[in-house]
Amino acid sequence: MSNKPDEQDGVPTTGHSWDGIEEFDNPMPRWWLWCFYATIVWGIGYSIAYPAWPMINKATAGILGFSTRGDLAADMEAAEAAHGDLNAALASIDLTEVANNASLDQFAVSKGAAVYRTWCSQCHGSGAAGAIGFPNLLDDAWLWGGDIEAIQTTVMHGIRNEEDPDARYSEMPRFGADDLLESEQIDQVVNYVMSLSGDPVDAEAAAAGEEVYMDNCAACHAEDGTGDRDQGAPNLTDAVWLYGGDYDAVMESVENARFGVMPPWQGRLTQAEINAVSVYVHQLGGGE
Amino acid sequence: MSTTDETPPSLYAAREPIFPKRVSGRFRNLKWIIMLVTLGIYYITPWIRWDRGPELPSQAVLVDLAHRRFFFFFIEIWPHEFYFVAGLLIMAGLGLFLFTSALGRVWCGYTCPQTVWTDLFILVERWIEGDRNARLRLHRQKKMDARKLRLRITKFAVWILIAVATGGAWVFYFADAPTLLRDVVTLNAHPVAYSTIFLLTATTFVFGGLMREQVCIYACPWPRIQAAMMDEDTITVAYRDWRGEPRGHHRKKAAEVDAAPLGDCIDCNACVNVCPMGIDIRDGQQMECITCALCIDACDEIMEKIGKPRGLIDYMALTDEQHERSGQEKIPVWKHIFRVRTILYTALWSLVGIGLIVALFIRPDLSLTVAPIRNPVYVTMSDGTIRNAYDVRLRNKHGEDRDFQITIESDANLFVLAEGSDNALILVPADSTKLQRVYIMAPPDSAAATSAVTDVDIWVEDTVSGERAGKDTVFNGKAN
Repeated sequence: MSNKPDEQDGVPTTGHSWDGIEEFDNPMPRWWLWCFYATIVWGIGYSIAYPAWPMINKATAGILGFSTRGDLAADMEAAEAAHGDLNAALASIDLTEVANNASLDQFAVSKGAAVYRTWCSQCHGSGAAGAIGFPNLLDDAWLWGGDIEAIQTTVMHGIRNEEDPDARYSEMPRFGADDLLESEQIDQVVNYVMSLSGDPVDAEAAAAGEEVYMDNCAACHAEDGTGDRDQGAPNLTDAVWLYGGDYDAVMESVENARFGVMPPWQGRLTQAEINAVSVYVHQLGGGE
Repeated sequence: MSTTDETPPSLYAAREPIFPKRVSGRFRNLKWIIMLVTLGIYYITPWIRWDRGPELPSQAVLVDLAHRRFFFFFIEIWPHEFYFVAGLLIMAGLGLFLFTSALGRVWCGYTCPQTVWTDLFILVERWIEGDRNARLRLHRQKKMDARKLRLRITKFAVWILIAVATGGAWVFYFADAPTLLRDVVTLNAHPVAYSTIFLLTATTFVFGGLMREQVCIYACPWPRIQAAMMDEDTITVAYRDWRGEPRGHHRKKAAEVDAAPLGDCIDCNACVNVCPMGIDIRDGQQMECITCALCIDACDEIMEKIGKPRGLIDYMALTDEQHERSGQEKIPVWKHIFRVRTILYTALWSLVGIGLIVALFIRPDLSLTVAPIRNPVYVTMSDGTIRNAYDVRLRNKHGEDRDFQITIESDANLFVLAEGSDNALILVPADSTKLQRVYIMAPPDSAAATSAVTDVDIWVEDTVSGERAGKDTVFNGKAN
């Protein structure tokens, strides 16, 4: 093995020979070398300027103070600033007027959808169809009122919570658990209530249940069973049942009562966010 | 390691500057005309006005990126109709295939922007610094005296003016040209406009003034692809060496004529001097040749002067050479051009074109897409009505606001409502889309309410023109 120059071209060889095939010892291309040196310089500069070297607890911070978290915060701030006018308008507008302002309405619905997904969907479902005990926001049955101001009040103060003195509040007596009614009377009134919405029932018990209903239930749920929105007393004549409309579910409601709670959002969300989510819920299909 | 002290030979070869000589002739004239037409189209198009009514831009050709619209005279393309652009690109591709298989690198030689602008830049260079010999002398003159400095500065200044006009014209395709021009001049335009103008000014200057033929030889992928489209019937520029060789200077003395019979080529280098690619066509077809035919003009001029027939350098196909060498009859040009390959390309090209034109004229001015909302699949209303919701996107392609009436067609007993509307009459603003939630409802205990799936069509009708569009979808009942 020798690294003698190639006979024909005079280019030095590496001296390696495989089956008589030799390898030229040409220098690296100049442009390639300079690019390589440039990457080294760049790498040193980069590791000084940006977070780079892993230490025991965290990496070196870099003199530019860059962090993705900081970037996100700046982005959020910029987005907030970009929508400053719209947010201010939304926070101060009379909500019944929003529908007349197309661009503000569109903004409110989009923003409200984001707020809803973040804070409301856990209970009411991502499609707002609710669940047992959590009202469906798509239908036209509203416990406390379905116009936009009623929705806004509900969102701001919540339902039956301890945190907000202005929370909507009502409490149904536990007719069974507290021995307010005999179990026979309860059976009768359950049959009567189910008959109000046309469900198949024991007609005899239902007829007897009417008197029990008038004495114990009509004060809140109204004599015709249509409920009272001032007290959040559900309409018992419609096809919508928050806790289920079969015998066992209605029996459970009369026996032990129900006490659905919703937290207040005033203080946690900005007024613009509350208004946006109110507009969003109002346009889901049940708004009055 | 090295046993010798000699440095290895450099692997770098500097570019040999090319100074194309002025030439006149029919192909040169054709190139001037094509340059005039293509540059004219490029610079003037954005300034053509086209009245589309008050709601739409009045620029004939406009790529409105901000509003996602493309306007081309009476045609307006929306983003969902991007297949028109894809179709045009396919047509452009097939068109290039067709021309390449028939006429070789005719695109490169006559219409490629690189060729056209290089030609323009060389024209300017010739005006300012003189023809080939003057430019060569100026190039070889090492000392930068006042004259050379003046000529160079003048040339670069004119080049930059052309480059700015080129970069400037480009941005006018993307915004209202008169407004943008005023904004650009008064320094009120968007930074993107300035950076685009700057970038295209720089590329025009560098590509047209400095890089020239190197772009074609080293950077452009098209010449490499073209080789696959050419065959022995493709018409290219070639040298009739059987007629020209052996080359030699024209001799007047009769005694010298006896010495050895010479071909028609007098080795005057006229063909080499005019070549913008810096090659000698007499070496045969080669990668660099863009078939611009300037050497044909140059040689024909000489042939006429010395009283020989034209066409020593000529447009011909490879098969012509064999025929001419063996003294066979000349193959007519149409036989070269009309062959299976070119006819196939033409057929494909026309097919795509006809398809696009048909698609253009049958597309409706209103349309809708329907996305059923599946979360939840249905909602029970307080009276027991079963309701489904649909996200319906309505498109109004008219230049004015239109009221669209939404209706449904179904065998079942269903009725329709639209969110925020009492009568399902939806106002869609001019030239835009509107996302509208539509409700379809089945009465309590009706067949549609209790079964799983019912077919239903959602229709939308333009209350002004009566035009209709529909989409079929399904209604989900309680059995789901």
